Amino acid sequence: MTQVQSVSRRGFIVGTAAAAGGLSLGFHIPLTGGALAQPVGSPAEVNAWVVIRPDETVVIRIARSEMGQGTLTGLAQLVAEELECDWSKVTTEYPTPGQNLARQRVWGSFSTGGSRGIRDSHEYVRQGGAVAREMLVAAAAARWNAPAGECRASKGVVTHTPTGRTTSYGAVAADASRMTPPKTVALKDPKDWTIAGKPLKRLDTADKLTGKQVYGVDLKLPGMLNAAVKACPHFGGRIASLDAAAVATMPGVRKVVRIDDATVAVVADTWWRAKTALDALPIVWDEGPNRAVSSASIAETLKAGLGADDAFVGTTMGDARAALARGGRTVTADYAYPYQNHATMEPMNATALYTPERCEVWVPTQNGEASLAAAAEAAGLPVDRCDIHKIHLGGGFGRRGNFQDYVRQAVAIAKDLPGTPVKLIWSREEDMLHGAYHPITQARMTGTLDVDGNLTALHMRISGQSILAAVRPEGMQGGKDPVVFQGLNAAGPEGHLGYAIKDLLIDHAMRNPPVPPGFWRGVNLNQNTIYVECFMDELAHAAGVDPLAFRRKLMANHPKHLAVLDAVAQRIGWDRPPPAGVARGLAQIMGFGSHVAAAAEVSVTDGRLKIHRIVAATDPGHMVNPAQIERQVEGSFVYGLSAALYGECTVKNGRIEQENFDSYEVMRMAEMPDVETIVMPSGGFWGGVGEPTIAVAAPAVLNAIFAATGKRIRTLPLKNHSLA
Amino acid sequence: MARLTINGEVRDVDADPDTPLLWVIREQVGLTGTKFGCGIAQCGACTVHIDGVAIRSCAMPVSAVAPEQRIVTIEGLSPDGSHPLQKAWAALDVPQCGYCQTGMIMAAAGLLQTNPKPSDDDIRAEITNICRCGTYNRVRAAIKLAAKGAGATQEG
Repeated sequence: MTQVQSVSRRGFIVGTAAAAGGLSLGFHIPLTGGALAQPVGSPAEVNAWVVIRPDETVVIRIARSEMGQGTLTGLAQLVAEELECDWSKVTTEYPTPGQNLARQRVWGSFSTGGSRGIRDSHEYVRQGGAVAREMLVAAAAARWNAPAGECRASKGVVTHTPTGRTTSYGAVAADASRMTPPKTVALKDPKDWTIAGKPLKRLDTADKLTGKQVYGVDLKLPGMLNAAVKACPHFGGRIASLDAAAVATMPGVRKVVRIDDATVAVVADTWWRAKTALDALPIVWDEGPNRAVSSASIAETLKAGLGADDAFVGTTMGDARAALARGGRTVTADYAYPYQNHATMEPMNATALYTPERCEVWVPTQNGEASLAAAAEAAGLPVDRCDIHKIHLGGGFGRRGNFQDYVRQAVAIAKDLPGTPVKLIWSREEDMLHGAYHPITQARMTGTLDVDGNLTALHMRISGQSILAAVRPEGMQGGKDPVVFQGLNAAGPEGHLGYAIKDLLIDHAMRNPPVPPGFWRGVNLNQNTIYVECFMDELAHAAGVDPLAFRRKLMANHPKHLAVLDAVAQRIGWDRPPPAGVARGLAQIMGFGSHVAAAAEVSVTDGRLKIHRIVAATDPGHMVNPAQIERQVEGSFVYGLSAALYGECTVKNGRIEQENFDSYEVMRMAEMPDVETIVMPSGGFWGGVGEPTIAVAAPAVLNAIFAATGKRIRTLPLKNHSLA
Repeated sequence: MARLTINGEVRDVDADPDTPLLWVIREQVGLTGTKFGCGIAQCGACTVHIDGVAIRSCAMPVSAVAPEQRIVTIEGLSPDGSHPLQKAWAALDVPQCGYCQTGMIMAAAGLLQTNPKPSDDDIRAEITNICRCGTYNRVRAAIKLAAKGAGATQEG
């Protein structure tokens, strides 16, 4: 039996506005919910997680956001598993962040990032389902005047075992909502799962095939106006002047709104007219203090950091500096990883309705509570007078979590038009120029081999940008950004290095250019894995040892890292030669709590790269939906290979140069290799699946390219290199 | 004013002549299954059919479409989501975020009009829509599944 836990573990942070309710301790069924008398025939809220309608429909409440990763279905499976309901009757809904605050954060965190949707909430959502089941059984037992211990629930039906009497969840839900919830519940052993752990189809597919699914950009509210926005493209720059009168009489235009020193919006009856007027609006930009910043100047700054004395130590064992100073056979290489844009298919957007009393926002967001905080701050209203209506995201990838710039802008515009809903949509150009970019880094890798070709010492110096310093400074540890070291930790459940190296030093010279960084699907694991796994390949080559054998010697104490690596090696046929003209590469890492590995087969003909086949393995510990894990792994290779092949935002005059998909290319179907996925859950822990496999895509391919051509590609993306 | 035939219905819309067809469909006609992704005909989220041919509507001015030309959007592909491609998509659980998928389905329907039994290479060459979630391989499998079934080449 487990004590039913509090879900309000992380505080809701709202500037100056006091959070209604705040943190609570202990599971709580608030009076505003199920304890109220329910009229006969209406849906009954059994507890915060479960509503049952008289027609037996089970509505499962989902706090995290669905952005394609399947978390909606996975979380519903976990609740339904404990609830013992009929899966074919399950539907879902999002509670609002305002309801969460009003109910002492009964649904816990709304944050959806870091591949944490399921692994951070699996316990309390299962408890939510189990508590509801107990209440439904108790209600049925009370009707029969029987002990609850004589009743059992299965597929939404409660049976009184001694007499065989049955009743349905729908029939007893209203009674159940008045039952006292149990203080402890037993959770099922995952080996007994019948709904969770199974390859069920997604709950949210049908409307995505017909155009019925409403995304943020599709929202229609009565009397709604539309807005297009432009912020100064030069980071740190502002508006020197603009001539609003020049566009005031253009068709459909209602208003030109100066949002702040750097940002202007045009509001019109349609978005196209708003955008047309905005494009015609004469604006003179003051380029600001960063006008001299360019990709070259940033690269120079980072390069200086590779040999600098100021560095935060991330991981250290033995004395790598002394070991490297002793000499021996030393291999060294410098790597670099560029800025990249999330490029979600649905551009940033938000719809706001402001009155002096209340502000509501409809928005695709990875963190409804962050959206609520941003809305309250922009509206200048207490947070309990604001609310957020979450909408499924047309892609998130980290762009729609911490960064709520579009919510602030939409509310600022709506504040100028009280009582009128305003839908703000960014153009693709605005999205490209105002990203929260994958941070830029370089790394200098220095390793020493002993006479037998064993790696005995390694210094990994990372130079470059910190995400936390820019977006979550409260997460810094004495000036150090721990997230920089993703996948490189000495120990711990999130991501530790899978190699035993006697003398090891991994440190970070922080260099923060004035280009805003953000969490980008895979975050720092992406480049860290390239640096480590490509360099392992370099070391193996220098030692004259097979790359798999070279790694295996260092991995004896890391059986789970080794297991996924062995799995991909075996499946790709590493012990046999590849097909003629084809070469292979390997990579492995642990990140976001999961162990992942990839093996790639490529060929290079007349300088043209073809990626034939990828084998990927993932061990996420417990597995909630293997079919959706496969889809996440496949998708990770599109995201990761896009980044490896094309992903690069360059900087000139303190601004990003790429403005749309013609200059910011992404991978399309023609280049997509076959992906074979091995899901190998070893149990005992809960790892993420949305991000980790992205990290092994690029290094597996880069190592295969070396095997094919003898060329080491150490700076991304590949499009900047000739393979001929 | 412009007169358009969309999903079999004649519509008079109040739009400036250079307004892209996409925005007329979304804002004046109110059919939002056709998506805005880039505005420069790069990503294909805005794909619709004109006289059975898949086109990218974000870069085509509404004035370039004649009143009698038949425009079909995702909402008109089938009355109830029963087009063979929609059924194949459902069978293989293809979408992730789903945003690009209506354009993807319309592009696939265009392909099947001219090539009812496309090979993997045909699909790779012809379907150039962007998906950032990474559904490409399942999109390809779903097109092949639909092509195997009957009726995949009906009007759409």
